[in-house]
Amino acid sequence: MEPFVRITATACPLGLANVDTDQLIPARFMSRPRSAGYGSFLLHDLRFAPDGTPVPGFVLDDPRWSGARILVARRNFGTGSSREAAVYALADYGIRAVVAPSFGDIFASNAVKNGLLPAVVTEAEAEALIAALEADPDGDVTVDLEALTIARGPLRLGFAIDPARRLQLLNGWDDIDLTLRHAPEIADFARRRRNAEPWVDPRH
Amino acid sequence: MTGPRTLFDKLWDAHVVLTREDGESLLWVDRHFVHEGSHHAFRKVDERGARLAEPGLTFGVADHYVPTRGRPVIANREIAGMVERLSANAARHGFRLFGLDDPAQGIVHVVGPEQGLTLPGLVIVCGDSHTSTHGAFGAYAFGIGASEVAHVLMTQTLWQKKPKRMRITVEGALPPHVSAKDLALHVIAAIGADGARGHAVEYQGEAIRALSMEGRLTLCNMSIEAGARTALVAPDETTFAWIRGRPFAPEGDAFDRAVAHWRSLASDPGAVFDTEIAIRAADVAPTVTWGTSPEQALPVTAAVPAPSGLDEARAAALAADLDYMGLTPGMALADIRVDRVFIGSCTNGRLEDLRAAAAVLKGRKSAVPGLVAPGSSVVKRAAEAEGLDRIFVDAGLTWADSGCSMCVGMNGDLVPSGERCASTTNRNFRGRQGLGARTHLMSPAMVAAAAVTGRITDVRRLGPAGTGD
Repeated sequence: MEPFVRITATACPLGLANVDTDQLIPARFMSRPRSAGYGSFLLHDLRFAPDGTPVPGFVLDDPRWSGARILVARRNFGTGSSREAAVYALADYGIRAVVAPSFGDIFASNAVKNGLLPAVVTEAEAEALIAALEADPDGDVTVDLEALTIARGPLRLGFAIDPARRLQLLNGWDDIDLTLRHAPEIADFARRRRNAEPWVDPRH
Repeated sequence: MTGPRTLFDKLWDAHVVLTREDGESLLWVDRHFVHEGSHHAFRKVDERGARLAEPGLTFGVADHYVPTRGRPVIANREIAGMVERLSANAARHGFRLFGLDDPAQGIVHVVGPEQGLTLPGLVIVCGDSHTSTHGAFGAYAFGIGASEVAHVLMTQTLWQKKPKRMRITVEGALPPHVSAKDLALHVIAAIGADGARGHAVEYQGEAIRALSMEGRLTLCNMSIEAGARTALVAPDETTFAWIRGRPFAPEGDAFDRAVAHWRSLASDPGAVFDTEIAIRAADVAPTVTWGTSPEQALPVTAAVPAPSGLDEARAAALAADLDYMGLTPGMALADIRVDRVFIGSCTNGRLEDLRAAAAVLKGRKSAVPGLVAPGSSVVKRAAEAEGLDRIFVDAGLTWADSGCSMCVGMNGDLVPSGERCASTTNRNFRGRQGLGARTHLMSPAMVAAAAVTGRITDVRRLGPAGTGD
């Protein structure tokens, strides 16, 4: 996994609440292998009309924020289906950080495992950042995971992330390798569990 | 552990292999369900040349992509490929598969309980957000992403941070014609689509104890739509009676010993929850959604909300939702015409759900086309044995095979763009049932009522079956 320490990039004021994972990638694209690249499916049905033409004025394709690597959204980003493909779509598009007042639990977990930072700010801070980006699209945003800060011009915000997730992102840790170091404890636990509640093993 | 513990605390404590300094715990997983969408995770396993840690605790179910008509031939090559890939992974890694040709095939969250694979006291995970369903049995069940699926396949464990505990107490009895689905939508509307985020929810109270297992499954299923990753009901006599005799459940002495243990799981008196929510069952009416989030739900007697009084951003968001849904502020929900109906899904595809819908449809005609997809092949046979299929077919609806079907539309069962569907599913997100589809969530009885009249209808006002409308 690619570590995340800090980035300085264009930030796109997505400005939507309850962006569910069905929006981030519609179900009909999910049977494709990851190697096909999921970036073109990101927010597909908001970006494109049914005939495939771009929806005029949709912020993600607005040239003022082209090349954005940071998204700023309203509350409950990534709610809904557990589909990790939602994170693949963001990552393959080039997004490295999403800033929002809250995230769907499964989405946040999926994000970190793919090197995507879910940065939690207050609703007021998200509004301030969205307003600043809309008022003046020029000017990069810096998201610093070591310092837990977001900076844009004179605007300075702190953000929150679970400490374990922060460490995983900073170090680019693969948690399967971490877990396999505990193989003896896991085997011991499995033995004790089967003794205590033998019905854990299905009858057939 | 000292002091009174909640049901969730007991489940958590029984599964912690170890806890790191940063507070993350490694949890043992008792059941891992996989489906066609797990192909990303199996690819990760293959990339490492790894094997499954516990194939005996892994169960595969073909549900997301399977066709509901014309089986067993699958004409669409992409869909056929998804179903075949799951079969190939099951064969290669040696886990039990409920495939397309299995008489117990169905939606994973219907099959698990039905087969006695879902038991109290277990940790159950699946790469599907509605895994919270299984918490109805007093199991710690939650949805995970593809990376976590791969982690469980290779280690039978998961790193988790202990969530907070929320208790939702539902006092009193639900009124007549008000179901678990209405209660679920009522709760989500009350606390918001992220109201239970970061929490394990336990439902308590008279109305919960009175629910059937099917009702509890529906309620726990929908809890993810309130942001909870897991939801629980303490196991009781209703639970034990449901499990007894199921194919994979313990039997004889083992069953009795299991029940004795399961009785001890209920939250201790005096156990403290981080968050408390109280709901009066008498306040719950037949409830329907009008927007594009499950939190946008109201009693069927209400009207589409107006943006007055909202700040600029929220007013714009509401206007966009109403535009997508093709609705105008102030119109009565009961004046909304529907183009089709869908009955099924992991939320409301169980036998009790089909009975509730059939009770309304019996002797009546549906004014619109619709699809009924039972939650499992077992449910399908049981429904046919009691003649429910005839009621649906006589009403003019299509009686299909089991699968996720028109809930997520991956198998090609879709609502055409711009059409409006009364649906027993769990999500009314934009495009969820198809590009441009407009979904109104409601209970099976309410969907049946909408079918009869061709518009959203208060099932309490429809009158007894056979009287016409």
